[in-house]
Amino acid sequence: MTIEHVLPVVWYLIIGFAVLMYVLLDGFVLGIGILTPFADDDRQRDHMMSTAAPIWDGNETWLVMGGAGLMAAFPVAYSTVLSALYLPILAMLIALIFRGIAFEFRFKARRSRWVWGIAFNVGSTVATFMQGLILGAVVEGMPLKGGKYVQDAAFAWFSPFSMLTGVALVFGYALLGATWLILKTDGRLQRIAFDLTRPLMLGVIAFMLLVSSWLPFLDVRLMERWFAWPNFLYLSPVPLLTALNAALLWRAVLRNEELRPFVLSLCFFVLGFVGLVLGIWPNIVPPTLTIWQAASPTSSQMFVLVGALIMIPAVLSYTAYSYRVFRGKVAAESGYH
Amino acid sequence: MSEAVLLSRLQFGFVISFHILFPAFTIGLASWLAFLEALWLRTREERVRDLYFFWLKIFAVSFGVGVVSGIVMSFQFGTNWAGFSTAAGNVVGPLLNYEVLTAFFMEATFLGVMLFGWQRVSHATHFFATCMVALGTLISTFWIMSANSWMQTPAGHELKAGVFYPLDWWAVIFNPSFLYRLPHMVLAAFLTTAFMVGGISAYYLLQGRFEDKARLGFKCALAFVAIVAPLQIIVGDATGLMVRETQPAKLAAIEARWETESSVPLTLFAIPDERAQRNDYALDVPRIGSLILTHSLDGTVQGLKDFAPADRPPVAIPFFAFRIMVGLGFAMLALSWWGLVKWKRGTLLASRWYLRAWMWMMPSGFVALLTGWFVAEVGRQPWVVYGLLRTANATSTNVPASSVLASLIVYVVVYLLVFGFVTWYLLQMLRVGPVQAPQRRMIQTAARPLSLGDEEM
Repeated sequence: MTIEHVLPVVWYLIIGFAVLMYVLLDGFVLGIGILTPFADDDRQRDHMMSTAAPIWDGNETWLVMGGAGLMAAFPVAYSTVLSALYLPILAMLIALIFRGIAFEFRFKARRSRWVWGIAFNVGSTVATFMQGLILGAVVEGMPLKGGKYVQDAAFAWFSPFSMLTGVALVFGYALLGATWLILKTDGRLQRIAFDLTRPLMLGVIAFMLLVSSWLPFLDVRLMERWFAWPNFLYLSPVPLLTALNAALLWRAVLRNEELRPFVLSLCFFVLGFVGLVLGIWPNIVPPTLTIWQAASPTSSQMFVLVGALIMIPAVLSYTAYSYRVFRGKVAAESGYH
Repeated sequence: MSEAVLLSRLQFGFVISFHILFPAFTIGLASWLAFLEALWLRTREERVRDLYFFWLKIFAVSFGVGVVSGIVMSFQFGTNWAGFSTAAGNVVGPLLNYEVLTAFFMEATFLGVMLFGWQRVSHATHFFATCMVALGTLISTFWIMSANSWMQTPAGHELKAGVFYPLDWWAVIFNPSFLYRLPHMVLAAFLTTAFMVGGISAYYLLQGRFEDKARLGFKCALAFVAIVAPLQIIVGDATGLMVRETQPAKLAAIEARWETESSVPLTLFAIPDERAQRNDYALDVPRIGSLILTHSLDGTVQGLKDFAPADRPPVAIPFFAFRIMVGLGFAMLALSWWGLVKWKRGTLLASRWYLRAWMWMMPSGFVALLTGWFVAEVGRQPWVVYGLLRTANATSTNVPASSVLASLIVYVVVYLLVFGFVTWYLLQMLRVGPVQAPQRRMIQTAARPLSLGDEEM
């Protein structure tokens, strides 16, 4: 075991952690955006947005962390993946722009208020779909030659599988959004969120099954990884835990519990994420570019690692602090003008 | 130059120029807010708190646009500049990652407390949050200027098979141009904000609205500019001397000097003709060019003809942009020192057209900042990493020109739309003005995170 061998693994974990944090934290904010059409009126839509207004910015920063981490630790992967997924990334960024400024502008606007309501909803939904698509295209993998994708057309990412993961993520984030609203609101809006949770959960389970059964057939290596003995034994807890998680979530919603549905939805995502990562390990750009091939030199990875080990705990602690400051139910008339 | 390279350059130039306006404004604004809140904590004057909340709202909108356009930037290097990321990612990537780790999270998280926490945290904690945001903007400037300066004056690395490998991180971060360009940028951002604060205050004074608050804002801005504008000129001069040492081709383009000569004149104005390699309609002041550029009347300045045509930057953009920047710098100095004289005579607020001059100078910081960046970035061409990696070899080779054209059009349309709305809402906030801010009512549980004014916009 040399340091050249261990460091890329550590960085794989750090970037994986950043992406997971992004998916969990911005996931519920994007989920709120996806769900705004289900609100009764504009007052409820304001209410939904104000549950996330103080924290969305910090949540979104995890995306930048994932991107910058990838550039620092695996520059080859960063440049290969991002340039190959040019158009989906463009669409995601534009959608995130509209989602983000909607937070600032909706509370300032009067006559143009509805514009920012639509921007928030469409921006959130498109950004989510594109993130799912990007995830699907990366997991599916595209053949590499000389460090570049063989299909260098603009639409190499388009496939039934990436479309599926795109739609799946819309359901997934909507579930996070609904359970967040259960936690942070009360009255009629909370009721709407409760009623949405179980259908969304059924959708998420259906998509998880679909993706998991499709995944092994994408690639022979993936098939071997999952079904060869004794790997199957090690990996079997992931689907089992997912099933248990689903049952607990169903029960928590039936009992009108407020905190547990959100926590269990987050667990859903953690399990799904672990399943995907186990599927592509040790590649960073499937099917063939491994983390060791894509790694930046030890000096680069070591330099940022020092900062990451000091700063990530600090970031987590003041993030926790800000969630504590804004704990509890958010009243309907809140928001700032 | 291939179409895809040209389009990627246009796109990067456009999205970064748009983006930089907002961080530049918020770097200064965050410090201004920290100053106002500290002043309020000391004096407990109502008008100071009202001013704080007025500028906080403007800060929130500007910061929001800065964040979303900044996320675009963090992906540009991968989507459009894969060649650069592959070659220089080992060096630039870690610097940008430090920016995220030490600045972005801190700014974003404490911004929430700053905007929404007024009713929920103590005064001291709220002030702490403001200071953390202000500190975050400065730390962010540190890292981004280090990364950009490394691209101007690369150091501390070795180049193997077209890829940069870091050898000495201290030398990478504190590369030769960094300690000149960092203060130059920070002061530029502060001046940009000071002219916005001063200009808007002058507008209220002219209108006869919020006079008490506007007087405070105006005097603070004036005093600040009177100190910082001369400082910026000194730092700018030092930066120029450094550019002559490290990037002589850029300096030759800035001055539109074709021949290597001693005792060169200062060309106040000219139309540089790049094809004929000469200047038309030149307005020269003898020997002063050498004095400014070398600090001696007979100093030698290298000309563009010393460099192979393929290694020369474009001339017209750095030449004109530099003159606009410097011209505005001296206008700032003149306006503020003239104001000092009037202040001493006690006639500062008496003349309406002095206040009107401040209103006209409101965007001067933004213009100076953008033209300064045009000088730095266009003057670095044809290199992306100066002398080592050509811009033409830095793009993504697998992205077709049609994709880049599509994205460029989308960015232009979307950014113009966003810019239009930002301007519209800022004008609305201006119309409302620094009205009375809400009283603090601490709510312990199940609180409304309402922090700011309820006034109708």
